[in-house]
Amino acid sequence: MKPLLQMRGITKTFPGVRALDGVNLTVHAGEIHALVGENGAGKSTLMKVLSGVYPHGSYDGEILFDGAPVAFRSVRDSEEKGIIIIHQELALVPLLSIAENIFLGNECARGGVISWRETWARTEALLAKVGLDEAPQTPVERLGVGKQQLVEIAKALSRRVRLLILDEPTAALSEADSEKLLDLLLELRAQGVTSIIISHKLNEVRRVADRVTVLRDGATVASHDARAETLTEDMIVRDMVGRPMENRYPPREGRQAGEVLMEVRDWRVAHPEHAERIVVRDVSLRLRAGEVVGIAGLMGAGRTELAMSLFGESWGRKLAGEALIEGRPADISRVDRAIASGLAYVTEDRKELGLVLDEPITFNVTLANLAGVSRRGVLSPREESRVAERYREAMVIRTPGVHQKVVNLSGGNQQKVVLSKWLFADPRVLILDEPTRGIDVGAKYEIYTIINRLAAEGRGILMISSEMPELLGMCDRIYVMCEGTVVGELSADEASQERIMSLIVKHRRQAA
Amino acid sequence: MTTETAQGTAAAAPAGGAIRAYLTGHLREYGLLIALVAIMAFFQVLTDGTLLRPVNITNLFLQNSYIIIMALGMLIVIVGGNIDLSVGSVLGFVGALAAVMIVNWQMPVWVTVLACLLTGIVIGAAQGYWVAYWGIPSFIVTLAGMLVFRGASLWLLEGQSIGPFPTEFQRLSTGFVPDLLPWLGEPLAALAGARRVNGLTMAVAALASGAILWLGLRARARDRAYGMELEPTAFFVLRNAIVIGAILFLSWKLATFRGLPNVLVTMAVLTLVYAFITERTTLGRRIYALGGNRKAAALSGIPTERLTFLTFVNMGFLAALAGLIYAARLNVATPKAGFALELDVIAAVFIGGASMSGGVGRVVGAVVGAFIMGVMNNGMSIMGIGIDYQQVIKGLVLLAAVIFDVYNKRKQA
Ligand SMILES: Nc1ncnc2c1ncn2[C@@H]1O[C@H](COP(=O)(O)OP(=O)(O)OP(=O)(O)O)[C@@H](O)[C@H]1O
Ligand SMILES: [Mg+2]
Repeated sequence: MKPLLQMRGITKTFPGVRALDGVNLTVHAGEIHALVGENGAGKSTLMKVLSGVYPHGSYDGEILFDGAPVAFRSVRDSEEKGIIIIHQELALVPLLSIAENIFLGNECARGGVISWRETWARTEALLAKVGLDEAPQTPVERLGVGKQQLVEIAKALSRRVRLLILDEPTAALSEADSEKLLDLLLELRAQGVTSIIISHKLNEVRRVADRVTVLRDGATVASHDARAETLTEDMIVRDMVGRPMENRYPPREGRQAGEVLMEVRDWRVAHPEHAERIVVRDVSLRLRAGEVVGIAGLMGAGRTELAMSLFGESWGRKLAGEALIEGRPADISRVDRAIASGLAYVTEDRKELGLVLDEPITFNVTLANLAGVSRRGVLSPREESRVAERYREAMVIRTPGVHQKVVNLSGGNQQKVVLSKWLFADPRVLILDEPTRGIDVGAKYEIYTIINRLAAEGRGILMISSEMPELLGMCDRIYVMCEGTVVGELSADEASQERIMSLIVKHRRQAA
Repeated sequence: MTTETAQGTAAAAPAGGAIRAYLTGHLREYGLLIALVAIMAFFQVLTDGTLLRPVNITNLFLQNSYIIIMALGMLIVIVGGNIDLSVGSVLGFVGALAAVMIVNWQMPVWVTVLACLLTGIVIGAAQGYWVAYWGIPSFIVTLAGMLVFRGASLWLLEGQSIGPFPTEFQRLSTGFVPDLLPWLGEPLAALAGARRVNGLTMAVAALASGAILWLGLRARARDRAYGMELEPTAFFVLRNAIVIGAILFLSWKLATFRGLPNVLVTMAVLTLVYAFITERTTLGRRIYALGGNRKAAALSGIPTERLTFLTFVNMGFLAALAGLIYAARLNVATPKAGFALELDVIAAVFIGGASMSGGVGRVVGAVVGAFIMGVMNNGMSIMGIGIDYQQVIKGLVLLAAVIFDVYNKRKQA
């Protein structure tokens, strides 16, 4: 089979960082090619080189597409050849409709006048192709992340795509949505679309990939043919981190549940705009010191909404409920008060809610605890550097220095900065919302170790995750949420994927 | 584009590469300084040396003091992610109020000054309230404020000009600090063969130069100790030489004229205070966080609404102060005072490197930006260029500065 794409000796440097160092990548027509590697290995950068985000001339090496050398000066150039990239962060216009987004910049128009009938008809056809059951006129902002992802793919399909690049498409998706997306990729393959998928979820990689290329420190370390050899996750992990990894979860030693640290009673929250929509319905929970408690549920179960409303009523309008910390009613009605009461919330949306992207690591790590690096309101740059340096080491943040702007960090390393920020605030109760989203296996293990250590120090950890294995591997107890209410509570011994799912299904059936 | 030059890790790269990499990262800051020096040299030549004559330098400071004072507040508002279009009108209104109080009502100067500053604070609070707590776009709120206060000063003055002010009030702007160190000036005058030299001015200049050098060296030592990106030695020396040279040169000119103008002192002190607040305090840090990502700031426990409110209160205060200085300088309050001045102030802040989207910009940049505008205004007026061309040229300079910014950012990507 002749290769569709060959990238040879690609080298790309940024001031102070060699992101790619002679990378080779060969993709054959009609295959699904997985690109894996640790955070900061250079996966996104490689794809940006390929798609012309970094124009020809800003990197070294050559790219052959269909056997002919290409030199893209912009994303438009690469799109013309049928190379379409869907970035780690989605790029849809929230207020425009699905149809408008799909045909943005490529409108079905004659003489500048848009033909809506044609637009909608073609959109419907595309949506059917990606299996999205929505009207073309629906504004994109009303769709969940999973559906938005499908719109992105529909948009790609509208452009005669030959090579589809997906940068961590499933990072923000629920398991069901991920499944759907992967099925779609397989279907597209059957129709002759070649794709490159970047993912940290190795089970998905195993499921769909025909070939797996592993990057480490900006260089290609292995390329496996998944059809020829039986590829195990462990083999991929070994290539990624450079050594075999025995376990995915650290042992839960030294952890001991103590007194009740936080208790929530009958917490009820309404949607911020639609007052009649109750999003969190009479939730009660308890968290003991030294415990890691999970909140399981599907997308839209109201877990993030619950967490954010607990954290200074940052989401929605609280209608009723009471929070106690160490047995005393606590005022957590504003973020600063919640922080003062010992709460911290690590958001699932680091770009929008977690980081000031244009500022350095020092700035971001210290933001929630400026008192810790200042005296009488005057900042100490020395202290800031020292603190940031400490977390850089503890969290293994890959960066040329702590004065690097976080926008220049890879996605996973940005996540570590958000975590560091909240660790530095020294909370007693830490609410983690998808704490390992977009993080590589090695770093996940490190983060789990940190979570265990925090629990062993007597803190309480509330962990929201869409990855059930993660909850099962880490938690002492799991609450299951569905449609805004807690539908069950399972101890570590009782909990299993099946039990969790059956609780959810049972609730749905009763509600229906 | 050559990638070879920017390659390699910073440590491994040859010295030339490191300097070039540093320069690409900081082109903006040097560019601003170089632009100011170049523009001054340009007009110095075109005006046959009038620009840097002692009397004109004094004038330059007087003319630009109110722009610079307002630019300090505007920088903070813009860094916080907002804008204030009303400052020109507020300046005019406060001047009118001062005139009515002093000239018509015969109120004591100190009462008037306090009342005017308080009025500015109230105006800022009134506008800030809608922006901060109601989420109404600042553009709209302050556009309304611009109309309201323009009208209000017309009403206050009943369409007339009111003046003149007592000398006590005029001193706010046109007064000079008395020479406290004449014994220092006399030998200097003898040495340089000048008619007289203001000792205090030269002493202050020497102290300021020393402080700049000392602080610069200390910051450098800190950067080195903490492995921060280090400014190449040549640049450090050159930059400080230019800055200190300029201070000594300008001070000498001032010293051989009438000494330190009061406004220069006010302006310098305010600049230092605001530079310190924005760069070294938690308050300043929070404002940058607010402008950089409001939601993330709020979720970090930063009271974003209160901070936004305070940025406007502060702006109102500074606009009032500028209004007093402006009225004192012209010695009359007119209904047109401060007309379109907000545009000069905003332009100064953007020329100084602030970003429309908030979170970016420095006090020093805004001040240099204001001086760039000021020197252009002054130089072109001396040359007798019509107000029509002046506007066109200033507009183009603003555009060029921002294009330079955007271009620079792209090149770094
Ligand atoms: N614009 C930039 N300026 C400076 N350094 C950059 C820039 N973009 C990326 N880098 C650096 O290049 C390296 C590779 O980043 P890249 O985003 O490609 O990683 P990645 O493999 O996609 O990681 P992740 O899995 O975390 O998304 C990182 O060390 C990152 O800090
Ligand atoms: Mg990436």
